[in-house]
Amino acid sequence: MFVHLQGPWNPVWGRLSLQAIPYQNPILVGTFLFAMIAALAIVGAVFYFRAGPYLWREWFTTVDHKKIGVMYCLLGLVMLFRGFIDALMIRSQQAMAVGPHSPGYLGALHGYLTPFHIGQVYTAHGLIMVVFAATPLLVGIMNIVVPLQIGARDMAYPYLNALGFWLTAAAAALVMLSLFVGNFAHGGWYGFLPYFELPYSPGVGVDYWMWAFQLSAIGTTMGSINLIATIVKMRAPGMTWMRMPIFTWASLSTNLIALTSFPVLMVSLALLGLDRYFGTHFYTAGQGGNLMLYNDLFWVWGHPEVYFLILPAFGMMSEIIPTFSEKTLFGYATMVVASFAIGGVSWGVWLHHFFTMAAEPSVNSFYSVTTMLVGIPTGVKVFNWIFTMYRGRVRFELPMLWALLALFLLLVGGMTGMMNAFAASDYMWHNGVFVVAHFHMMVLLIASSIFGAVEYWFPKVFGFKLEQRWGKWFFWFMVLGTAWVFVPMFILGFAGMTRRLDYVPVTQWAPYLRVMLVGMAFYVVALGFFVAHLYVSLRDRMKNRVGADPWGTTRNLEWMTHSPVPAYNFAFIPRVHARDEWAWRKEHGMANLGNESFEDIHMPRNTGVPVLLGALSFALCFALVWRIWWLAAACLGLVVLVIILRSFARKTDEVIPATTVAGVERAAQDALASPARG
Amino acid sequence: MSASTNTRMQPGSTVLWEKGDAAGHDALGTRTFGFWLYMLTDAMVYAALFAAFGVLAHNAGLTSKSMLASVFDAQAAYRDTIVLFASVLAYGYAMVALKKGSRTGVAIGIIVATILGVIFLNMVTGDLEHLFSQGVVPQLNGFLSIVFTLVIYHALHIVVGVLWMLVMLMQMGRDGFTSNVVYRLINLRIFWHFQAVIWVFLFVFVYLQGKVI
Repeated sequence: MFVHLQGPWNPVWGRLSLQAIPYQNPILVGTFLFAMIAALAIVGAVFYFRAGPYLWREWFTTVDHKKIGVMYCLLGLVMLFRGFIDALMIRSQQAMAVGPHSPGYLGALHGYLTPFHIGQVYTAHGLIMVVFAATPLLVGIMNIVVPLQIGARDMAYPYLNALGFWLTAAAAALVMLSLFVGNFAHGGWYGFLPYFELPYSPGVGVDYWMWAFQLSAIGTTMGSINLIATIVKMRAPGMTWMRMPIFTWASLSTNLIALTSFPVLMVSLALLGLDRYFGTHFYTAGQGGNLMLYNDLFWVWGHPEVYFLILPAFGMMSEIIPTFSEKTLFGYATMVVASFAIGGVSWGVWLHHFFTMAAEPSVNSFYSVTTMLVGIPTGVKVFNWIFTMYRGRVRFELPMLWALLALFLLLVGGMTGMMNAFAASDYMWHNGVFVVAHFHMMVLLIASSIFGAVEYWFPKVFGFKLEQRWGKWFFWFMVLGTAWVFVPMFILGFAGMTRRLDYVPVTQWAPYLRVMLVGMAFYVVALGFFVAHLYVSLRDRMKNRVGADPWGTTRNLEWMTHSPVPAYNFAFIPRVHARDEWAWRKEHGMANLGNESFEDIHMPRNTGVPVLLGALSFALCFALVWRIWWLAAACLGLVVLVIILRSFARKTDEVIPATTVAGVERAAQDALASPARG
Repeated sequence: MSASTNTRMQPGSTVLWEKGDAAGHDALGTRTFGFWLYMLTDAMVYAALFAAFGVLAHNAGLTSKSMLASVFDAQAAYRDTIVLFASVLAYGYAMVALKKGSRTGVAIGIIVATILGVIFLNMVTGDLEHLFSQGVVPQLNGFLSIVFTLVIYHALHIVVGVLWMLVMLMQMGRDGFTSNVVYRLINLRIFWHFQAVIWVFLFVFVYLQGKVI
């Protein structure tokens, strides 16, 4: 039934053997040592502080949307670091390997990375940054904020929420494992057909890529179902559609995109899987296969995915800018319409990813025009933010700085995006670094919004503000790094440099590549400031404790409960009277949180099943990568069995008694009254 | 600017906080709504597969289509259709019984639906085995790859549906019509009807198309 493989295989270990461990590569050995030391430090700390049971009880088995959101963010942060290291390797390799006389080290002809190695690095960089860094960070923040903004006590399906997270985590673990066992795909993060077919890529790299991608897609789809149902069904009484906070609107739009587009990604990857495992001919070069089918299916997901990433970022900006302009958001209704217009248009633009691939002029023109259409709702949003700031009392606190940086990056990225939208000129720079610089502006916009959002909502989740001094250093060095890396990249793009080079043949480009390396140095310094920012904030956490409304000028429901938010979110579900309910209550002198006569609260009960399913899925994918059929069959059977058994569970929720609620509420009040408050 | 900012409010009589737990949330409706969303993702999977079918059929040209007509037995598929639709009908009667609150009625309906589902699976597997034995396999060309993928993916859904029905029989026997059991029965109805709808597309595109040309 399965395709006959070249090379050794045995029924017990599949393709796995000691040769799969790349101990001859000093870079990977170094990485392995670093990872081991980090892992030992973490495990050691867990044992030393006897934190194991606490972690299991409070975090691993949690179904609390805030904790799951925090874990999503931590996962995203770790993967962001990994993706950044990949970027560092790409930039340093390209700065070294310029011209025929550039020296080579570690077995490479030029620079220090062999073509096979740097291929894996840029594939991993792309996949990780999009799927395992940006997506978890955004989903995490949506997870935390959306239920609070609509006055709900949890997501619609808390169990599914945990499951989605653990599947994403399993997928990320799979990508990390490929560093040390086997290798990773080296043909680019979006796949390259028919090169990714078994005859041309017989190794495990493509399989790792495929299964990690697939698993995370399943996780994200689950998350999107959950968020949509939460927004549609769980809003507090009185919160009509047009009273919903803009971030919630953006989340709704973005998750509608995810809901409809991720299944297409699953199909595009699954068909590749059938080709690789069963020898079918979906994307093969001969026998009736069609490689353009892959490109179309993939980018039918791929482009909506871009807006899936950017809409929540826009939503975050729409929350931060009014707060720090001390005004209500300008053009609320147009913001809503613009979000959905972007979400809608996102479905009609995918072909602009391959204008050069033999489409008729009429087809190219169509996609060219639809791509430019995106500029209209985006422009509406930009003007709305500007008019929000106009005549506002703008305060340049950290979240606002990040939001403003995002706005500038959106201008640069958006303008260059319009340039890319011309099919005719795209022929000049297709697959060039001009395009790379363009979409890095966009993803850095997303990253900026995320940093802003983390600064903004951090006090809500943890009960203390992040300090500002190191945070500002971090911010400015990120600005510096961005300028120094991407301005030269735009120039090189015009000069004709193509992307993903392991060797740069044109010596005249060397100065620009070195300037980019300086930019990377700024990023490294920024990373140091980020660590200092976190450290100082954690050290001074008692000094920086805050109440329900740490910024003073916030407007939405999430600021109407204590910081940190209690497990049940709201002791009483709020009744909503206006858009910007919290601002409305403050204006009308109803801003007291006080209320007595607490009641019992029903909450979902913690469960270890999602962790178990995550672990089984990880083992399943690992077995499939290495073609260990017995393990794959066992894991699949167990997954089905666990799902069925779980459906028989009776006690899936519990009651928080009124006395406990009263105790938590009183403690939160007392903490505020204590003199330690900064 | 929110319009209601200007409205006159009486702070004393304004209700700021709700009493009670779920504040009007409809648990059953929420469950079913989420399942509809899931069905939408599955519909997208089928949409992508049918799009691939279109592309690969175009690739293969007419020869493959006439081959399709000669190897896929439309009359056998018609028999499959009747069985599957009868299964859906039986499940529909189970839902009528659910409205009446009759446990026996629901059980009988589901048992009939399950048996018919298994018969359907048996027939489809027989068809596939027959084709495989003649050397018509998905590995032959891209067009057959997608044809078999569509048929098998649909059959896997039927397997899941049959398993789900067995689970529901057990849970109904144990718990009666608790809200968990009821919403699962409703969702299963959506799922089961959806598979019948997909089968209509399969029947038209895979089994009938070659005949028409």
